[in-house]
Amino acid sequence: MYDKSQGVNYLNCERGFWSWFGTLDHKRLGLMYMWSVMGAMLVGGLFAMAMRLELFAPGEQYVNAEQFNQLFTLHGAIMVFLVIIPGVPAGLGNFALPLMLGAKDVAFPKLNRFSYHLWVIGALFFVGVLVTTGLDTGWTFYAPYSTLHSQTAVVWATFGAFVLGFSSIFTGINFIATIHKMRPPGMTWFKVPLFCWGLYATAIMQILATPVLGITLLLVGVERMLGVGIFNPDLGGDPVLFQHLFWFYSHPAVYIMVLPPLGIISELIATYSRKHIYGYRFIAMSSVAIALVSFIVWGHHMFTSGQSPLTSIVFSAITFFVAIPSAIKVFNWVATLYKGSIVLKAPMIYALSVIWLFGIGGMTGLWLTTLEQDIHLHDTYFVVAHFHFVMVGTAIFAMLGGMHHWWPKMFGRMYPEKLAQISSTLTFVGFNLTFLPQFVAGTQGMPRRYFDYAPRFEIYNQISSVGAAFIGISMFMTLWYLLWAIKKGKPAPANPWGAVTLDWQMPPIPDPHNFKDAPVVGDPYDMDLFVWSEDEGGYVPRNPVPGNPYQALPRSAIEEGTSSA
Amino acid sequence: MTLLLPVFAAFQSQSGQEGGFWFPVQASNHADRYDWVFFYILIVCGIFLLGITVSATWFLFKYHRSRAPEPEPSPSHSTALEIVWSVIPAIFLAYMFWLGFVGFMEQRTPPADAYEIHATARKWSWSFTYPNGAESDELHVPLGVPVKMIMSSQDVIHALFIPAFRVKQDIVPGRYSDLWFTPIMEGEFELYCAEYCGKDHSTMQTSVFVEPEGVFNAWVEEAADFISKLPPAEAGERVFKMKGCAACHSIDGSVVTGPSFKGQFGTTRKLADGSSVTMDENYIRKSILEPNAQVVAGFDPVMTNFQGQINDDQLRVLIEYIKSVKE
Amino acid sequence: MMEVNTQSPTSSQADDHGHSKHLAHHFDDVHQQFDTGKFGMWMFLLTEVMFFAGLFVLYAVYRSNHPEAWQFAAQFLDTKWGAINTVVLLVSSFTVAWAVRNAQLGETRKMLINLVITLLCAGGFMVIKYIEYSHKVHVGLVFPQLEHSLFNPNITAEASAKLAAYEQGEVFHQIEALSAAERNWVGKFFSIYFCLTGLHGFHVLAGMVVLSWLILRGMRGDFGPDNFNAIDFGALYWHIVDLVWIFLFPLLYLIN
Repeated sequence: MYDKSQGVNYLNCERGFWSWFGTLDHKRLGLMYMWSVMGAMLVGGLFAMAMRLELFAPGEQYVNAEQFNQLFTLHGAIMVFLVIIPGVPAGLGNFALPLMLGAKDVAFPKLNRFSYHLWVIGALFFVGVLVTTGLDTGWTFYAPYSTLHSQTAVVWATFGAFVLGFSSIFTGINFIATIHKMRPPGMTWFKVPLFCWGLYATAIMQILATPVLGITLLLVGVERMLGVGIFNPDLGGDPVLFQHLFWFYSHPAVYIMVLPPLGIISELIATYSRKHIYGYRFIAMSSVAIALVSFIVWGHHMFTSGQSPLTSIVFSAITFFVAIPSAIKVFNWVATLYKGSIVLKAPMIYALSVIWLFGIGGMTGLWLTTLEQDIHLHDTYFVVAHFHFVMVGTAIFAMLGGMHHWWPKMFGRMYPEKLAQISSTLTFVGFNLTFLPQFVAGTQGMPRRYFDYAPRFEIYNQISSVGAAFIGISMFMTLWYLLWAIKKGKPAPANPWGAVTLDWQMPPIPDPHNFKDAPVVGDPYDMDLFVWSEDEGGYVPRNPVPGNPYQALPRSAIEEGTSSA
Repeated sequence: MTLLLPVFAAFQSQSGQEGGFWFPVQASNHADRYDWVFFYILIVCGIFLLGITVSATWFLFKYHRSRAPEPEPSPSHSTALEIVWSVIPAIFLAYMFWLGFVGFMEQRTPPADAYEIHATARKWSWSFTYPNGAESDELHVPLGVPVKMIMSSQDVIHALFIPAFRVKQDIVPGRYSDLWFTPIMEGEFELYCAEYCGKDHSTMQTSVFVEPEGVFNAWVEEAADFISKLPPAEAGERVFKMKGCAACHSIDGSVVTGPSFKGQFGTTRKLADGSSVTMDENYIRKSILEPNAQVVAGFDPVMTNFQGQINDDQLRVLIEYIKSVKE
Repeated sequence: MMEVNTQSPTSSQADDHGHSKHLAHHFDDVHQQFDTGKFGMWMFLLTEVMFFAGLFVLYAVYRSNHPEAWQFAAQFLDTKWGAINTVVLLVSSFTVAWAVRNAQLGETRKMLINLVITLLCAGGFMVIKYIEYSHKVHVGLVFPQLEHSLFNPNITAEASAKLAAYEQGEVFHQIEALSAAERNWVGKFFSIYFCLTGLHGFHVLAGMVVLSWLILRGMRGDFGPDNFNAIDFGALYWHIVDLVWIFLFPLLYLIN
């Protein structure tokens, strides 16, 4: 029987504002990222709701064209820079990475805290944008509109994004060093859980791609303040160069946003099927492959921009290569379900949703990289739907799944399962309702970033807006019961799901320093190591490590023991 | 592939004259091929998505804990399987790339004898110039004749997009870009700006009129010398429309992006810098050629510079028209 | 299970009474701490390289578009000052590397002297940069949209006259003789010159802060054979700042 009296853990070891805001503990930082990101997501989500309300009918309803342009710009900028990019890596990643790896903390705790503080500063810049003249450039900041024409707070926004970029870079440096150097003895590369592989691949891109965005946005800011003229066509500058530099970061950024979430999906599917993940090495390597290819595909955003046809052809061809590792992941997830014992807890509903949503999001990308097809579809709602399937349908869905999955470990309390199942299903239905019609609006020719549209597009927009209302309702519901669960939820066992990664081989709420002794490392997906215990209301090790009831003795150690005995 | 054509037709239920579930009408030479490739990808992806969804749903049903309380042992990796499900999609992908490449080269290679029309994009209107010097704010093209659009922008990046023709191309300031098509259907079609360009991006749209060659030729002749044929104020009204002034200036007193012209001529205007000026012929002229030098109080200095974009005759009749806009 | 711990004797006790006071709680031993720090530093340097890479790409594109205009523009840079600055930075790289060696050997005095020389070199570099910049500003070789820029298409008569008068108008007349398009291309050179050297200068300033911090800590007696991580990483950073300049100098000053 475990000791259920809540002894000293990372939540109750210190109290007060500074014990959180000034903490070096990766778990506390992960939680603060999570709350901050959820706050930003609330703002970005409300902007989305306002847009959908306005677009319910053609013509002007509630906001005018200028306000609408601000809404989609800020929705995009907030969701990309403040929510999705930090959401999974810096939020859930910070909490889970050292635990899953068996490390006592990330490699550089002070840098980690600094990253979070940079996030806060970057967010303050965006608050500055909100309370002054707003921003109407689109989150892409295309020159020369952003450099010469916009009358809004572009400089604030670019500096904000610049600071957030460095927050992201430092997280990447921290994680890559953690995974390289902080693994305990026995944690060989191919025993690293797949979520950590996702974070590793992301860290590579954060380190190498983000600085290019930094310098590009800095140039936009300097251009506006001092008039450098580099992107100014009147002075012989080339606006298309801005796009090249911008997408050199912003395409890898898409994979920064989705690879860790895809890692979470691998964890969830294995855990809730009680089955060893299928094709572990291929899934792990597919993440790294996508990260590497991501650096040489940015030109597919620019097939109609006037870059040379040869350039477009090369980028199109390379982009098709991304499809293979993405497909490998999906096929392996489906294969993992085979002969499992599947339980449809809320995180699993999210995970199975992602198989469908990522499938559609990924496959619709094929049209966009087929050169001729992109000509008609570029800058239409088809693109809008495509990237929402990837960035929301995959990244946010996986983030929600991950939050439910780790909620018991974060707070030692269970979330209400029935409510969670209802709201995750509702979110899935609402999401499809919102974004499937937008594909058709796109092929029919509705351009994106349109405040007003032809009456023949009305039906797609109406379905879309109704779907958005579903998402809004289920998101508020989710937020409400998750908060409720922290105080009133049923106390959680140490391992409610039977997951085998090291984060579940510890007390219900982790110790401040994670592991007193270096943990014993086995295969992270050997589901046989844990068995259900009715007494505990959770899973317990089949063969506990002597002196540590939470840790399971891995198969190799058991076999060693029997052979020597 | 030809075996699949009936299936394509099912998707594009009313293809050709009326447009279908997915696409608007096929009004240019590019459309038929374009839609064909779209449906090819749709079917390939559909089969894969169906396969994934059906097997995931089947596994979910069959191996749900209520039916399968314990997982059954089964292998957790197979290199052969991984290679199979990497190589099979790769073959379809390679063919997709090839189709896209061929279609793209066709779209990027205008015939040498194409009829050339210049398009000028500006915040937030279009104007089109024909070989005989005629200008219009709506695009007129002859049926069955290859047309090459040579496009330039006066301010930010725009993009010309005609959904029924399946063509789109960004228009980047400081350089020319082009696209081509052969209209194959008479009628009026939508033309959009597809690259976000600021406040009235969504109203930066106009119409394409595809007319039989005879009708088109008559129109383009008439459009070339209307200034000498019409009374100045009437000709000025056409210039007002043609140059896209209406995107920002109303004639009924309502304020859009810029001041309205209604009953303003001869009045004294307060400027943003505090001084004031009488709205006379010279002020109008200056406001068109150096728009941001003397901005009326309460408005942003956002007007596009028309220096070199408007000739003296056009300017003269335009001023006459503005003078004529009274109560 | 205990054999796991025997591999790193300090691991389980590091929390309570680690062998080295410099060992952070989450590391097993000082070697792991050093390795991790060094690895992280290299990752940061990769970021720095990519940060400059964006500007180098702009340099390459504009240069290859109009090579002749750029060769013409490069003659206005002062190769003499550039060369002196290159030597200054090379010396500073040498002294900072020496300081690391001193720290490893426990020669605190020598280490401090070397660090101070490095800091002085950095300061000298910035002074020379200031001399170069202020000359460019006076003759009007600045961003095209500044009021007193020779590349400003709407330059005022007043600013123009002032630039023409400076140093007998030597630079002024050469630029005046160019066509408008050529002037734009030459102007791009100076835009990118200021962006690149400005960003580099900012890194030198940051390096000076790091060096000062190292000197203060050195004076407090923080460094020695068992603790030289900070000074080693600081030196690495300084080398990359130096290295960037080694690329900048020929690309901007020498190709003409």
